[in-house]
Amino acid sequence: MTSELIKKYENLLPKKIIGEAMELIPKGAKKADVEKIMKILVDEYNYALVDPGECVGLIAAESLGEPSTQMTLNTFHLAGVAEMNVTMGLPRIIEILDGRKTISTPMMEIYIKEEFRNEKKVRGIAEQIKERTLKEIISDISINLAEIQLEISLNEKKMKQFNVERTVVLKNIEKAVKTYEVKEKGEVIILKPKSKDEDLNILYLLREKLKNLYVTGIKGLKQVLPVKRDEEYLIITAGTNLKEVLSRDFTDTTRTVSNDSFEIADVLGIEAARQAIINEIYKVIEGQGLNIDIRHVMLVSDTMCTSGQIRGITRFGVVSEKPSVLARASFETPIKHIVNASLINERDELNSVIENVMLNQPVPTGTGLPKLGIKLD
Amino acid sequence: MSTEIYLNSKIIGSVDNATDFIDRFKEDRRKGKVSTDINIQYKEKENGIYLYSSKGRVARPLIVVKDGKSLITQKHIEQLEKKEIGFSDLILQGAIEYLDAGEEENALVAFTEDVLTKEHTHLEISPLGITGLVTSLVPFGNYNAPTRLNAGSKNQKQAIGFYASNYPVRIDMDVSMLHYPQIPLVQTLTNPISEYEKHPSGQNVVLAILSFDGYNMEDAIIVNKGTIDRGLARSSYYRLESVSELRYQGGLTDEISIPDKEVRGYRTEEDYRFLEEDGIISPESKVDEGDVIIGRTSPPRFLSSMDELNLGQTQRRESSSVVMHGEGGTVDFVLITENEEGNKLVQVRLRDQKIPEIGDKFTSRHGQKGVIGMIVPSEDMPFTASGITPDILFNPHGIPSRMTVSHLIELVGGKTAALSGRYIDGTTFNSEKEDDLRKELSSLGFRENGTETFYNGRTGEMFNAKIFVGNMYYLKLKHMVSNKMHSRARGPIQLLTRQPTEGRAKEGGLRLGEMEKDTFIAHGASLLLKDRFDADKTIVPICENCGQIAVHDEYKNRDFCPMCEDSTVSNVEMAYAFKLFLDEMKSMGVLPKLELKDKY
Repeated sequence: MTSELIKKYENLLPKKIIGEAMELIPKGAKKADVEKIMKILVDEYNYALVDPGECVGLIAAESLGEPSTQMTLNTFHLAGVAEMNVTMGLPRIIEILDGRKTISTPMMEIYIKEEFRNEKKVRGIAEQIKERTLKEIISDISINLAEIQLEISLNEKKMKQFNVERTVVLKNIEKAVKTYEVKEKGEVIILKPKSKDEDLNILYLLREKLKNLYVTGIKGLKQVLPVKRDEEYLIITAGTNLKEVLSRDFTDTTRTVSNDSFEIADVLGIEAARQAIINEIYKVIEGQGLNIDIRHVMLVSDTMCTSGQIRGITRFGVVSEKPSVLARASFETPIKHIVNASLINERDELNSVIENVMLNQPVPTGTGLPKLGIKLD
Repeated sequence: MSTEIYLNSKIIGSVDNATDFIDRFKEDRRKGKVSTDINIQYKEKENGIYLYSSKGRVARPLIVVKDGKSLITQKHIEQLEKKEIGFSDLILQGAIEYLDAGEEENALVAFTEDVLTKEHTHLEISPLGITGLVTSLVPFGNYNAPTRLNAGSKNQKQAIGFYASNYPVRIDMDVSMLHYPQIPLVQTLTNPISEYEKHPSGQNVVLAILSFDGYNMEDAIIVNKGTIDRGLARSSYYRLESVSELRYQGGLTDEISIPDKEVRGYRTEEDYRFLEEDGIISPESKVDEGDVIIGRTSPPRFLSSMDELNLGQTQRRESSSVVMHGEGGTVDFVLITENEEGNKLVQVRLRDQKIPEIGDKFTSRHGQKGVIGMIVPSEDMPFTASGITPDILFNPHGIPSRMTVSHLIELVGGKTAALSGRYIDGTTFNSEKEDDLRKELSSLGFRENGTETFYNGRTGEMFNAKIFVGNMYYLKLKHMVSNKMHSRARGPIQLLTRQPTEGRAKEGGLRLGEMEKDTFIAHGASLLLKDRFDADKTIVPICENCGQIAVHDEYKNRDFCPMCEDSTVSNVEMAYAFKLFLDEMKSMGVLPKLELKDKY
């Protein structure tokens, strides 16, 4: 009875509000009361809606821009946080909004499934997923000047600790160096150049390269740090590899995140990336003790993601996709845009705000939006 | 191991016993065998001795200490007092020597004589030496945070005072003279050293730390109208107008004279009324904006062959010196001379009396600067039980966050000075003790903490709190509103963009910038925004056929397009800056076309 009454308003209100109304209005309420409540709900909902012609984008820009000017002053106070150094504050916001492909401090928060969630197991997992390189499992790597060859002796103890098989190491080395002959001589692995005229210099370079050869763990996770947050153990990593981490059986795939929005877009899709951008920006804003309505951030993130891939708010990103020549020219490198527009005989329809400001015509928002029409008979 | 010796960073030899060498060197320098300008430093890490004699090093004098005893003895002091010897004699005797930054690294300098030990090598002449000249003028400076001392000295540098006693014959631009300068009641050692009494820059006022109707919020001060009428912080402001007779090619020159009426750009006759026969204004004339100070005509700017043939006489240009917008004053001094090239140069000094007004900037000597927020008639000012009305009311909120303790002590000291009739010594590190000042104040019949009972000037009611009041040295700073105030409704525009000019001197507009524009858009005030930007609007005839700017023939009163025959031309309203932008695009080889559409 009550629910039917509420359902009548389905066209007027969003699903979420209808759902909440269903839950909160008691079943036996009087018909008149229910209608009264719903009427107020509709009124309030309509009042909360943004008016047509409201410059949401510009307001979002002002809302984000004003506090970020204050952040420039605060940035340095946060320097030198122990354990892990994370880019925060204005540099981080700029990084996200510019849509940088490589971010300065990639990080992951790996949540663990309940059955693995105790201190000892989490520590074990952390050890296991950390990227290990060759230099961590060897006791010595040296150049034999007489024979012109590299000699690697492995550290059996370390190998056992990281659970690495000798054969795996050999395979990895072989894969990395195609022009060298890999031999085993007792405990020592010997790398000899296949061609005769390799000089020592290249051998030196190879040695440095081999030191950082991936051996085991998850590639990209340079540092791992098991932490306890709200009575729950999770792993924070420096470096990301979302795809690999999500495929492991101990990961709680519903909550594990990376702070690299491009990686999220690759692995989980653009919708997830959109949410990731919102979360990342909001994290910085909250971290600075500021308060910006999340809808401004959502709008920015939407703008960045509508094309199906992440585009930064730069002259190469979203700005380059503006349809108006004048609007593009008004934002950095004007000559480039004007010349290119002239080459293809581009037409500016003067539909948006900035072009009309340039011509000193009324901008099509607010009071400039309504037009007077006269019916001629 | 031998130690290498470097002279001005160049190796000159080595020595086996480094300490012995250095000691001998210093000994010789003090005896005068080596120049006192050479400094020696031993660098332990490098095991090297560095000698410096180059110019540009910063060196400072210190008293030499031997075996824990200062080489300046009581005898020296007596001789100094009798003026039998001077500072340079002490240097010659080796009692005082100059150390540079390098040699200072090897020295152990005692701050005061009573802390001297056997290890000390030098003694500060005065602990005041750690501050600079102006900073040492801050009384009781050792009670303050260093940042405040800096602020205090920065402010003092901007004070208006008696900067030079030959000011009537000087030609200085943009200077002020304080009318009744006074010597501070609370002084420091630097006051006599710098002969401060010969060029003081402030006045002693009665200051109460008290708020009043909120008009001294945010560092503002409230000033007693009576005090201003009696001449407090009155000053003269001097400006210069300078004009020379330039020579041009072809034997043509400027001419300083009253311009003829035929001259191009002739102003009204009234504007030239102050000029004497020689074209220069007479002293003591009161001028206002737009009045001509020095009349001058120049030859025409471009001499075309046509002009030479025509008429025989070419029209000269008016190029007089005029009182700028918003300026004014009295002609103080006229100087007729020659410049470096031997051309006639006329300089006219304008004087303007500046009476303190709301917005003028003042400061104490403790970095407590502020602007006049209100001028209160003296009958409305709060008064003390003895009937004294303070000259200035200072807001108590200025004190806690800045922690300028010296400000408070100066107030007590100033009060004691005023009552006892002697100057108080407030030298940093060597000042009279605060306790002694309090005791003296108490013996003079006042509350020892400087507070007094105050009464509301308007109602006569007694204030519940005791108000801290005392005498303090206050400085008027050179930033005065009358030199900065500016507004504009309509006015001059730039030639190129037809937008309003920028800056006070050019009577410019206050720019509605990009971010301000954004707020208009955000509010949806689209038509208001257009109205604000209409400053450079123009009507441009556009050819509907080719989209180019057409031509308006005023004579035939018709519009036509020079490129298309018989095309319709419509008038379009746009920003002149946009028309300019279209022209600029054409100049870079891009042809913009406007497609016209009926508005309705």
